[in-house]
Amino acid sequence: MKKTISLLLLALLSGCAPHIERIDIAGSTTVLPIVQAEAEEYMNAHPAAAISVRGGGSQVGITSIINGTIDIGIASRPVTSVEKTLAAEKGVKLIQATIAHDAVSVVVHKNNPVNNLSLAQLQSIFAGKLTNWMQVGGPDMAIAVISRDVSSGSFEVFSDVVLDSVRVVNSAMRLPSNNAVVSAISYTPGAIGYVGLGYLNSYLNALSIDDSMPSVSSVQDASYPLARPLFMITLASCSPATREFIDFVLSASGQQIVARQGYVPREEMQQ
Amino acid sequence: MKNIRETTFKSLTYVSALFTIIFLFGIIGSLFLEGLPLIKLVTFKTFILNPSWHPTSYPADFGILSLIAGSLIVTMGALILAIPLGIGSAIYISEIAGNKTREIIKPIIELLAGIPSVVYGLFGMAFLSPFLIRVFGIPTGLNACSASIILGIMVVPIISSMSEDALSTVPRQLREASLALGATRWETIMRVVLPAAKSGVIGSVVLGFGRAIGETMVVIMVAGGAAQIPTSIFQPVRPMTAAVAAEMGETVFGSPHFHALYAIAIVLFIITFATNLITEVVFFRKGDLK
Repeated sequence: MKKTISLLLLALLSGCAPHIERIDIAGSTTVLPIVQAEAEEYMNAHPAAAISVRGGGSQVGITSIINGTIDIGIASRPVTSVEKTLAAEKGVKLIQATIAHDAVSVVVHKNNPVNNLSLAQLQSIFAGKLTNWMQVGGPDMAIAVISRDVSSGSFEVFSDVVLDSVRVVNSAMRLPSNNAVVSAISYTPGAIGYVGLGYLNSYLNALSIDDSMPSVSSVQDASYPLARPLFMITLASCSPATREFIDFVLSASGQQIVARQGYVPREEMQQ
Repeated sequence: MKNIRETTFKSLTYVSALFTIIFLFGIIGSLFLEGLPLIKLVTFKTFILNPSWHPTSYPADFGILSLIAGSLIVTMGALILAIPLGIGSAIYISEIAGNKTREIIKPIIELLAGIPSVVYGLFGMAFLSPFLIRVFGIPTGLNACSASIILGIMVVPIISSMSEDALSTVPRQLREASLALGATRWETIMRVVLPAAKSGVIGSVVLGFGRAIGETMVVIMVAGGAAQIPTSIFQPVRPMTAAVAAEMGETVFGSPHFHALYAIAIVLFIITFATNLITEVVFFRKGDLK
């Protein structure tokens, strides 16, 4: 009994201030699943690390890292020149690491004979200027435009690349998840929508955009227009623990997690 | 001793009642606390009357007229379907059916109320919407019409069981007097029993309205989610509840979009509160026949 107590005391005393390495991460919800999986794996191997991961959007990730309220910002777009200036004014230097790649695939009902659209046609469809499949070489059938909720990361890249500054037509359906889009399109002959690479199945036809099919290889050779890199952003003056975590994400085992989450690992990209 | 038990019991029930009131005011308070800051960015008039809802565009548009329109059209559609079905089945169960039939039909209708809304939503997505596409040849099955049908089915048991309660509390003598005066069964039901049970029947419709306008899962899954003022019932709409639930998850805490979603919740709250208040004041005060 005495022994147990003294052992306990010893354990308490020696372990009373275990060095906990806190890493706060926030930003893009597209990158979120990767980083969550990475953090779990990393914390299993490093019990002293305490990593918290939040969403909020790329904008939030980058702004917070400039303001110094978090350790790593995650983003589905690169840091803009405006944000670089902002960082310089604050006297901080940002480091940006590409951790993975992603493709947003445009999909239609499996019976739709259309299999290619140009970026311009895609924009006109989502802006509501083209309303019938006949206008893009398909059958006489109204186009049912399916977009995602504004909080969606896929919506972000889609609106950046395809829509530019044009708004999605008001009559477009806005569905809450990749899965909702997949099932709506499989029931709706005239539908068009967009989902992540991992969601393609036999009920959907993936369209090539400007003759480039969405696939791991077209993301790798950068021929697919809706491909985009995913980033981790931190300060040049970051803590060793933060740097170690980013190194883990970029390592071979970290990149295996990226692939397991359905994204394209960075080392497979052709430079 | 008896006195102490009495007092304890009294204070226990009093505290329970107090808690419900505290929760209610807590919820109202937090709604207004988070929703009102939007006034700094958008005037109340633009918020209500602008049909353009683009909360994350640059510049952002926070107009919820199309969302209000979406909520109203699916709710009205649901009531158009549910009122005749609900009151009709209530009349049949209470006035026409024999004891045996009543005991079979009543629990079956009440079973409808126990089905989780996500199951209704799945049914709408997987069966009703492809069915509507085939029958009407419309571009999409996720629209105001399918949401109305599903919500209508969900509201039927509410209207039916509450109306049936009201009808069965109408005194037997009223029916007997009417029949004795030579009125037919139809005349008795329409002119004597229904008017006598009026407040209960109207109450059931109001409750059904509240259920339909507040339902979230079904409209997220089935209504299509397009923020537009529909020109036909076969167009997708985005009811207020769907917008709040679908967008709240990822909005930045304290951003204009965040406050706008709370402001939508205020509008929703005011609509249901006003409906309840109006029914309370107009129908329940004026000579309850029961």
